[in-house]
Amino acid sequence: MNYFVGIDVGASTTKAVIIDEEKKVLGYSLTYSGADFKAAAEQVFEESQKKARRKEPAKFVVATGYGRRNVPFADKSRTEISCHARGSFFYFPHAHTLIDIGGQDNKIIKVNDSGKRTGFKMNRKCAAGTGAFLEEMANRLQIKIEKLNGLAEKSERDIQIGSYCTVFSATEILTRIREGVEIKDLVKGIFGSVIKRALEMDPLEGNIVMSGGVVAYNPFLVSMFEKKLGKKIFIPPHPQLTGAFGAALYALEAKGG
Amino acid sequence: MSEEKKIAIKKIQATGFLRKIMADYFYELNDAAKEDSPKIAWCSSVGPAELLLSLGFLVHYPENHGAVLGSSRTANDYIPVANAVGYSPDICSYLTSDVGAFIKKETPLSRAYEGIEGIAKPDVLVYNTNQCRDVQDWFNWYSRELGVPAIGISTYRNIGKITDSHLQGIVQQTKDLIPPLEKISGNKFDIDKFRSVLSLSKDCTLMWKKVLEANAAIPAPISFFDATIHMGPAVVLRGSPQAVEYYKVLLKELEEKNAKKDGAVEGEKFRIYWEGMPIWGKLRNLAEFFIGFKTAVVASTYCNSWIFDSFDPEDPFMSMARAYTEIFIVRDENFKEKYIEEMVRKYKLDGILFHDAKTCPNNSNNRYGMPERLEKKLNIPSLTINGDLNDLRCYSEEQAKTNIEAFIEQLETK
Repeated sequence: MNYFVGIDVGASTTKAVIIDEEKKVLGYSLTYSGADFKAAAEQVFEESQKKARRKEPAKFVVATGYGRRNVPFADKSRTEISCHARGSFFYFPHAHTLIDIGGQDNKIIKVNDSGKRTGFKMNRKCAAGTGAFLEEMANRLQIKIEKLNGLAEKSERDIQIGSYCTVFSATEILTRIREGVEIKDLVKGIFGSVIKRALEMDPLEGNIVMSGGVVAYNPFLVSMFEKKLGKKIFIPPHPQLTGAFGAALYALEAKGG
Repeated sequence: MSEEKKIAIKKIQATGFLRKIMADYFYELNDAAKEDSPKIAWCSSVGPAELLLSLGFLVHYPENHGAVLGSSRTANDYIPVANAVGYSPDICSYLTSDVGAFIKKETPLSRAYEGIEGIAKPDVLVYNTNQCRDVQDWFNWYSRELGVPAIGISTYRNIGKITDSHLQGIVQQTKDLIPPLEKISGNKFDIDKFRSVLSLSKDCTLMWKKVLEANAAIPAPISFFDATIHMGPAVVLRGSPQAVEYYKVLLKELEEKNAKKDGAVEGEKFRIYWEGMPIWGKLRNLAEFFIGFKTAVVASTYCNSWIFDSFDPEDPFMSMARAYTEIFIVRDENFKEKYIEEMVRKYKLDGILFHDAKTCPNNSNNRYGMPERLEKKLNIPSLTINGDLNDLRCYSEEQAKTNIEAFIEQLETK
């Protein structure tokens, strides 16, 4: 049976999603992108092939993400902006604004009722408010990144981290540590900072969808964001795979499946 | 997908002629500096060059040298040198790269032109703040360093409707420059000479306008990236017969291309406006990138900024004041918005790219909501990329290119 592959070589992680002609997900995999994008792409492809129980060659492969041109077995590449929009619209087929918080950048993408992209924005040069920012902050606090969500959930204080520069934010955190602020409160403040960076990018009107690794691992950040916006935020299944899934949908479309 | 395939930029035959007149210009300045005759003035690029030429000065334009430092990708060798002596990385990177190169006693001109060892030293520095305050600060640095007077014109900024009161002040300031310039040049001001230089400048600028307007054709015969190079004579040689002659030759070539529908971008699919400064160190790279996506960057505020419609030899002072006040950069947001709207219609454009140049706020027009307003009004998308004219530390190639590629993908689905 034909199958279609999307590979998203992101700044932090590389993801693969395999779908069939009915757009059903047959398998997926992810790994750190590391320094060898080609190897990471091959690894996730092979792993997802195994999960999908497919040995025959893929019908069509679309690569996306920063390393989209480093996937030699891809038939085509598309930007992660297009692929995220496509993936998100599959699950939420109405006009919406997608906020993707990735490893290296934040994307705000607007799609209309027919799924066409009407605009997009990416964060400015600084990595503040992205996954890289959380990694840096976790490192500063000497805690594992997967512990952030649990810590923030326990906080009942509102600590403000205001800078939009990662280095300045780290300095602010040092000041808070000196003031004796507890780690859980700092982490919540850091989540608040991620939200502020996204709010600075767009008025965020209408339906909001969020995707990306930060959202996948930090549901408390999403609930903080919902509280801030005063409305529900929609999250696709496997939010970290939205771009790879969108790429797989493009692969299917390319073959007229 | 593996590596991007090699893309060839189509040649413009007139480039040989361009190289020759630019070389002649630099050598003439070099000789004058050696012989201390004629006197040399440094002038801001949209400054009162015609007055200087009429008084017999040869004119060097530090902004042109800034662009040379950028396009030769040497600017980043020099910007830190100026930063280190107190000129911030946040101010004009033309200024910092030019000053840094001066401190290091280097110029890419010596690599390009055998026998030229440095920039021709000035006898006077003449600025017009119509573009920004940085030109004045820039010239004042040289004034202190070289012990040469810096004089100039301080204009109004953010002008909507231009009134007589705006212009009278500029006319008076221009006239006030004459006595010190006469003294430095050793020549008496001659109104007929002034008229004749202004007339040549007008011819040059009108020919340059026609060159740019040739791009209203579909497909467009010349890209923005090439145009930034071919505008050299409009900047440094206006007021000379060579510049007029050059644009006649270039225009003829573009008209021939138009007759054959020979576009700069083979299979042109989309047409884009470039708002803001060029990213000098990435001209070729970006030109090839756009060609790869069959997208023509057709028109720009930047190249249009050397069109001076109002020059009138019959009324030289007032018309020069008007011409240097009418330019886009001096005007208010409403004027700028209408101007870009007109360009979008005239050149049948599909989208607008705003370059937010980190060190050039006056040429970064995305910062006060203009992209959002124009998108709504014109129903076409816009894109803002972060970068800089010269300081490549402020430019993330991967992020910029992903943005541009995504923008073109968006145009494809429209």
